[in-house]
Amino acid sequence: MPSPSTPSKMFQKSLVTPVAAMAVLAGLGYVIDVTANQYVQLIFLYICVNTILALSLNLVNGFTGQFSIGHAGFMAVGAYVSAWLSMHAHPMLLSGQLEFLNYILYAAAGGTFAALAGWFVGLPSLRLRGDYLAIVTLGFGEIIRVILLNTEAVGGARGMFGIPSPGDFMTKFLLATFWVMITFLTLWRLVHSVHGRAFLSVREDEIAAQAMGIDTTKVKVRAFVISSFFAGVAGSIFAHAAQYLNPSTFTFTKSVDAIIMVVLGGLGSLTGSVFAAIIVTILPEFVLRPLQEYTGVDLRMVIYSLALILFMIARPAGIFGTRELPDLFKRKAQ
Amino acid sequence: MSMIDVKDLHVHYGGIHALKGVSFSVNKGEIVSMVGANGAGKTTTLRAISGILQYKGTVSFDGETLGGTAPHRIVRRGIAHSPEGRGVFPNLTVMENLEMGAFIRSDRAEIQKDFEHCFELFPRLKERVRQLAGTLSGGEQQMLAMSRALMSRPKLLMLDEPSLGLAPLIVAQIFEIVKKVNAEGMTILLVEQNARMALEISHRAYVVETGKITLSGSGRELLSDARVIDSYLGGP
Repeated sequence: MPSPSTPSKMFQKSLVTPVAAMAVLAGLGYVIDVTANQYVQLIFLYICVNTILALSLNLVNGFTGQFSIGHAGFMAVGAYVSAWLSMHAHPMLLSGQLEFLNYILYAAAGGTFAALAGWFVGLPSLRLRGDYLAIVTLGFGEIIRVILLNTEAVGGARGMFGIPSPGDFMTKFLLATFWVMITFLTLWRLVHSVHGRAFLSVREDEIAAQAMGIDTTKVKVRAFVISSFFAGVAGSIFAHAAQYLNPSTFTFTKSVDAIIMVVLGGLGSLTGSVFAAIIVTILPEFVLRPLQEYTGVDLRMVIYSLALILFMIARPAGIFGTRELPDLFKRKAQ
Repeated sequence: MSMIDVKDLHVHYGGIHALKGVSFSVNKGEIVSMVGANGAGKTTTLRAISGILQYKGTVSFDGETLGGTAPHRIVRRGIAHSPEGRGVFPNLTVMENLEMGAFIRSDRAEIQKDFEHCFELFPRLKERVRQLAGTLSGGEQQMLAMSRALMSRPKLLMLDEPSLGLAPLIVAQIFEIVKKVNAEGMTILLVEQNARMALEISHRAYVVETGKITLSGSGRELLSDARVIDSYLGGP
């Protein structure tokens, strides 16, 4: 293993990729800002939202081998908390030029509340085996939606209007990609650490993991809480991108979307989740919608479902399986 | 003084009374084996000691009782369990599996030494360090499971059915290494269906039948015991 000589050098080296990636994304943002219409711009923000959502769900479903099917619930918590704060806590925070920085705080707050919800749901249910978690998270997702539907303070069934936005598209996009980077790097570092190995070993064989001295319940709860945090962040970005929230956005279907992205990209592959989130967001909008306009028949969902089924038959492990993008290049180099 | 002392161990699986008062002990430096047929309660005993199953009765290890201690703490007390069916992490590499074995330790230099020691015991593993554990042969997986258990530097190593599904030649190799590890000072509790192999290398042994210990003695005594020969060693 090549090891850089000093810790500070190692730190510098670890910063190169994220900074470069951020620069590329900023360039991409500029191009979209100049060339694309508002609809296309919104789709790109949704790509960021879905990427964070898929990455966070992958930690639980892919790396830790549990099965959560209520991720939309945590996203909803983050979205509503963030939206509410941006409408009510506004005067207390930064204003003027730096106002957009508040949105990082809103997202963090939304994420924190979602993480609390995750802890609350996970602690009792993660003591049990896989399927029970699925039932509990499914129930949780629905409970959150019904609570929001009946809470007048957040607009109830009418939804929440007039949510402020951090600024123009470029500001929104940079904030969104900032969180994408934070999510990706946090999870990447995590799953490649000793703690991350503990997540994997729980997925691989729970009894053997216990025999290694791993507190499996604690590991599962930890994965679940971290995952919920980032789902909340995704919700926050969604709230300020769309500037309108409605409980019906966060139905079971939204959770299933997240699962599709994770499975399609590969359970246990972070880069796979990113790819799948991009594909799953873009496909219905940029490929299937024009197709519908051309043919005049609305076959979007039919084609979409068919494509997923065929893909799963051809590549059941997902695009990357448990491997990451860099691994694929290594293979080729050999 | 015995290293581990099990007294009147009872385990229930729902309504099924699987262990009906098992008592035995293992002294420091010994290989003790439990032999018996399928479903006799051998694996259950190990799982109870590991804290994976709840039980009635007392298990004392190094003079302290273990009752109610969570599995991940039992490992820290110094008991390593190489589970039945090997339980290697199939999608992790051999090296990563070994690293997981040392999960509870932070003494890097010593861990490094132990890696080397494992590779000395099982040169085959060294050849396959970067290979996924799931792609190893059964014998190699067993070697990995044993090495991984050793990586926690236990005081007591519990091996559950190391011969399971392996070719006779490999079984002989594995047992040679069990003997070698024991000669280096490791105390071993071995659970086996392959009674002959187990008894040959054991200082002492217990025969388990339907949740009870029916016979005990030194390995050699049991090898020549008429009842054992009849039931477990394929007749006279």
